[in-house]
Amino acid sequence: MAAESLLKVQAVETYYGNIRALAGVDVEVNKGEIVSLIGANGAGKSTLMMTICGSPQARSGQVIFDGEDITRLPTHLIARRRIAQSPEGRRIFPRMTVYENLQMGAGLDNLKYFNEDVEKIFTLFPRLKERQTQRGGTLSGGEQQMLSIGRALMARPKLLLLDEPSLGLAPLIVKGIFEAIKKLNQEEGLTVFLVEQNAFAALKLSDRAYVMVNGKVTMSGSGKELLANPEVRAAYLEGGRH
Amino acid sequence: MTASTETGHPNVLAKAVREGVFAGVVAFLMFLLFVGIETYQDINNALVWRTRWGLLAIFVLVAAVSRFLSVGFIKPHIDRRKLAKAKSGVLEISEQKSFFHRHFLKIALVFLLVYPFLSLLIVGKQGSLKYVDNFGIQILIYVMLAWGLNIVVGLAGLLDLGYVAFYAVGAYSYALLSSYFGFSFWLLLPMSGILAALWGIILGFPVLRLRGDYLAIVTLAFGEIIRLVLINWTDVTKGTFGISGIAKASFFGIWSFDAGASNNFVKAWGLSASSVYYKVFLFYVILALCMLTAYVTIRLRRMPIGRAWEALREDEIACRSLGINTVTTKLTAFATGAMFGGFAGSFFATRQGFVSPESFVFLESAVILAIVVLGGMGSLTGIAIAAVVMVGGTEVLREMSFLKVVFGPDFTPELYRMLLFGLAMIIVMLFKPRGFVGSREPTAFLKERRAVSGSFTKEGHG
Repeated sequence: MAAESLLKVQAVETYYGNIRALAGVDVEVNKGEIVSLIGANGAGKSTLMMTICGSPQARSGQVIFDGEDITRLPTHLIARRRIAQSPEGRRIFPRMTVYENLQMGAGLDNLKYFNEDVEKIFTLFPRLKERQTQRGGTLSGGEQQMLSIGRALMARPKLLLLDEPSLGLAPLIVKGIFEAIKKLNQEEGLTVFLVEQNAFAALKLSDRAYVMVNGKVTMSGSGKELLANPEVRAAYLEGGRH
Repeated sequence: MTASTETGHPNVLAKAVREGVFAGVVAFLMFLLFVGIETYQDINNALVWRTRWGLLAIFVLVAAVSRFLSVGFIKPHIDRRKLAKAKSGVLEISEQKSFFHRHFLKIALVFLLVYPFLSLLIVGKQGSLKYVDNFGIQILIYVMLAWGLNIVVGLAGLLDLGYVAFYAVGAYSYALLSSYFGFSFWLLLPMSGILAALWGIILGFPVLRLRGDYLAIVTLAFGEIIRLVLINWTDVTKGTFGISGIAKASFFGIWSFDAGASNNFVKAWGLSASSVYYKVFLFYVILALCMLTAYVTIRLRRMPIGRAWEALREDEIACRSLGINTVTTKLTAFATGAMFGGFAGSFFATRQGFVSPESFVFLESAVILAIVVLGGMGSLTGIAIAAVVMVGGTEVLREMSFLKVVFGPDFTPELYRMLLFGLAMIIVMLFKPRGFVGSREPTAFLKERRAVSGSFTKEGHG
């Protein structure tokens, strides 16, 4: 795989008021990779995700996307650089239908590719096709997650950020969603950066992974390496295996 | 349980009596000070009070008896009907809608178009003044205001308690520019809209970061600031005296409605002099303005900006992560809503011929917002119905002199306007918590159009 860097996070520090949530984080995502970020609650995983999206912005350090420094760009302009996010808690539009939610995702191109893309999403997640006239808020948790990912994909992203796609979902549904991510990566070469608590599933899926503790990256390596690492096993896998 | 509903009539009646007495006690406590005691000034201008036990008793009786009837008879009847329906297996959703229901909008529009002529036919010129002006124009002004506010509150989800400020800006723009510079209505109508939109943006900037309650407080303050400026800037606005003698609108400059003008409409058509023609003309002007508001709202909802408004109402963070510029989205919502407020304001000024800060108090904002909420946020039809009920209702109240028979000769129904307003709101919110029309029509479909009833969805974020 050509190791061409797509996203580079360099020495990023992010604060909430006076509290330092990220204490100098370095993360790199290459084109065509699935990279995951694992860690306990409060380690700063979601903060890193949000910092990449510019909300909150990093106090120091740099976020470089596709050769461009995006650290100080407002969120909507970062999104227009084709970084799509399926945020924590899914954040779909509850009173809009599934179809309209997908339409919102395709707003960047003014719906130019909408029809072909929506068919693609419906093939990837057939459940969404069945539910297309239903309101987002009436979907089940798994369907909402599919919709959230589908909406992000409608933007034709260069980089897909997924924040805890397995949160609160049954193992079987998590498996389905992870398979869909894998398929997108293999068939379309989509680059994915994934934050997960479900370390086992995430590491198995990923090319590379980072482990975060207290706002710092403490370990990194290929998914297989980390799966075999005794420290990682002790902290995140034993007893927590799904 | 079935046995108790069928054989338990005494049970239900006992419960109804209990609830009725309880309602009576609550009503007694509630109305004791409001209705039971009246303050007035005696000959020496001193404030004294007297009791109105009779009126209080009527209030308490009405509350107790209606509670008794509703618990004892109406509720069991409704339950029985529901049960029968459930047993027969006919779901309400699958019921064929009636002709009236399906063509409601067309029927309503046709009715509005012929309304002035109907009223002329039935009650004649003098009687029509009341029906066209007090009912027709008054209601349509509120329909337009509520539709304008609906863009801000119902679509973009920005709670605006100071909407009347834009109404005031529109009214004063017309009043001042027409009396100082003599511009015509048709020039000033778009100008008032633009000026109000500008003020919408001015309000929008400082409140960009606010949401919900905080936004509501700031917009409330904004509305008051505008009103206080109008009161205190006496050199220009003449303060509380207001501006009178505002020019009438002309028939696109072809005919005038001023009595002395050479191209007077009545003279040109050889009609007998009456102010009703002007009122009918104004009725069609405001009707056209309303239709413009509705058309723009419907069109915008299908365009990227309208979709962005609705998405903004649902989830601001998700919007940003989809590349929507929330700053411009909010500002356009404020500006568009304010613009329609400005149109309505300049129409109001030309219709009244007089504007003063009195017309733009907070209560007006509250009434407009109440109409939007009652109608069902985002629903044009629902809001129009709510406006007819609330504004028309208060006008009808003026006519209800027969209430004097029940409540005594001193009873002035208009004074109870707000009480009934509140009562109506509570009743609607009890039975239709999402407003008259709670369902939101989707704007995009793959194949078929299907509205989803509001009761299937989660609470929207106001």
